[in-house]
Amino acid sequence: MARSIAIKETLGDRIFIAGVYTFLSLVLLIVLIPLIYILSASFSSPQAVVTGKVTLWPVDFSLAGYKAVFNNPQIGTGFLNSLFYTVVGTLINVTLTIMLAYPLARKTFYGRNVFMIILVITMMFEGGLIPSYLVVKGLGLIDTRLAMILPGAFAVFQVIIARTFFQTSIPDELAEAAELDGCSDLRFIFSIVLPLSKPIIAVMTLMYAVGHWNAYFDALIYLRNPDIFPLQIILRNILILNSVDASMMANVDQMMAQQGLKDLLKYSLIVVSSAPVLMIYPFVQKHFVKGVMIGSLKG
Amino acid sequence: MSSMEAAMNPGRKPSAWKKIQRHWQLYIVISLPLLYLLIFKYIPMTGIVIAFKDYNVVQGMWGSPWAGFKYFNQFFDSPNFWLYIKNTLGISLYGLIVGFPAPIILALALNEIRTGFFKKSVQMVTYAPYFISTVVMVSIIIVNLTPNVGMVSRFFALLGVADTNFMGNPALFKSIYVLSDVWQMTGYGAIIYIAALAGVNPELYESAKVDGASRFQKILRIDLPSILPVAVIMLILNLGNIMKLGFEKIYLMQNPLNLNSSEVISTYVYKVGLLGSNFSFSTAIGLFNSIVNLMLLILVNYIARKLTENSLW
Repeated sequence: MARSIAIKETLGDRIFIAGVYTFLSLVLLIVLIPLIYILSASFSSPQAVVTGKVTLWPVDFSLAGYKAVFNNPQIGTGFLNSLFYTVVGTLINVTLTIMLAYPLARKTFYGRNVFMIILVITMMFEGGLIPSYLVVKGLGLIDTRLAMILPGAFAVFQVIIARTFFQTSIPDELAEAAELDGCSDLRFIFSIVLPLSKPIIAVMTLMYAVGHWNAYFDALIYLRNPDIFPLQIILRNILILNSVDASMMANVDQMMAQQGLKDLLKYSLIVVSSAPVLMIYPFVQKHFVKGVMIGSLKG
Repeated sequence: MSSMEAAMNPGRKPSAWKKIQRHWQLYIVISLPLLYLLIFKYIPMTGIVIAFKDYNVVQGMWGSPWAGFKYFNQFFDSPNFWLYIKNTLGISLYGLIVGFPAPIILALALNEIRTGFFKKSVQMVTYAPYFISTVVMVSIIIVNLTPNVGMVSRFFALLGVADTNFMGNPALFKSIYVLSDVWQMTGYGAIIYIAALAGVNPELYESAKVDGASRFQKILRIDLPSILPVAVIMLILNLGNIMKLGFEKIYLMQNPLNLNSSEVISTYVYKVGLLGSNFSFSTAIGLFNSIVNLMLLILVNYIARKLTENSLW
């Protein structure tokens, strides 16, 4: 910003900017402190946590909470299931999104307005919970891994973002020139469109992947078999419903007897389950920002 | 029509068939996602019919007897109808009043300070909570509010608040829901406004400075008007969704003690429908909710177009 211009700041302006810095520092603290508390508690002893001694630094440093997390077989299964849903689901999401968005971006694609209307209608009307459930049930997908992947195979607003990107960054002249040279649409997609669309594909992949990793609703309504539960459902059972499954008791029975370990486990589990996303996040932050900005362009 | 087609067919419009033939591969490409829309979006729309029927599994969606508006009336007459409406609207509007200006204020504040370590840290830290899953977010709320243990509840106990069982207090539910949402979403929500502010012509600031405008005046006269179009669009989207209050977070935050202020339409639809297996009643409530929501969106969009020239369509 061109604020460096050599006119002296007035006293009022200096007070104002000091206020802005104070405000932002407060915001920073308010966001950070609850997170630091959880991190510190996760490295403390069960007694210190339960008696409320932990604030911003671990008290009686211990890894008991993490041991309990890694000794729990359910958490490992959930982790692997979530990894599967995230990888396969994201792959299908991105593929279908491009398959829908690219034809809609071509001006000479006959009927594209009709297809666009078909798409936008689904944003405004929806069948709702039970009719969707009945369709999934009718297809025999209840309690299968496919139930976690197929019903949410793409998000309409991602299609619109991708379409806007294709329209603004791949000139029509390029497509027409390729056509004149005898290049088919499919070949054009693979050799020109996809290589030119790496930024939007990266953004889309991230958005979909985070969505899959964090999702629990579809699992809640479609899955009954604990062997295919994603991590979030297992987290919900342990963190929010406070239920410790019988299979889990068998393994950590004695440890659970220790008062407070169950509570400590929550803190460690919050850290472990959020770590993958929060560790990747600083590296992909600027892509997310870009994604939001492309999305804000009117389609 | 493209220039190339005009050159190939001088003097006449190509027929629809010719146009389709030209991109035949694209029709194959688009057929798969369209099939998906048909199966998972349009077929469920026809399923709305069970709201007007006495659905039973044996006779199925089309064979079950008609019930007319029985289930709608049952919902309107139920003693809790107004409670659920009140809770849904209450949480939504509260969330809007606090949650809509928050990202704007953050973006304006960030725009005032120099790019550097501090600014980058604030941005990075405030975006981060967006990536925390709903389940973990609710757990963070619960552990921080656990009486005598959690940091936030101990903080309030220090301030002299006697009863710190926050999650069990119906009067506090809405505030906990909304403020934790602000905590989680403000940084991410600010991105779009930061982008809009970055697009402001720097000459405007310089001439304002030459004219002796204070920083605050510059915010009022330059920054706010330049983010207004984005803000109006965001406001329409938010207002158009006030009945569509999300299920996930509220459902996880519910407990028997706070249910009086935490039961909203979406959680009720889930409980009646899937847990209670009352498919027709649940679908009727869901349909009522989407219709109200759609009307709201159209109304808000209409008002916005009249007042500000910014609208969704």
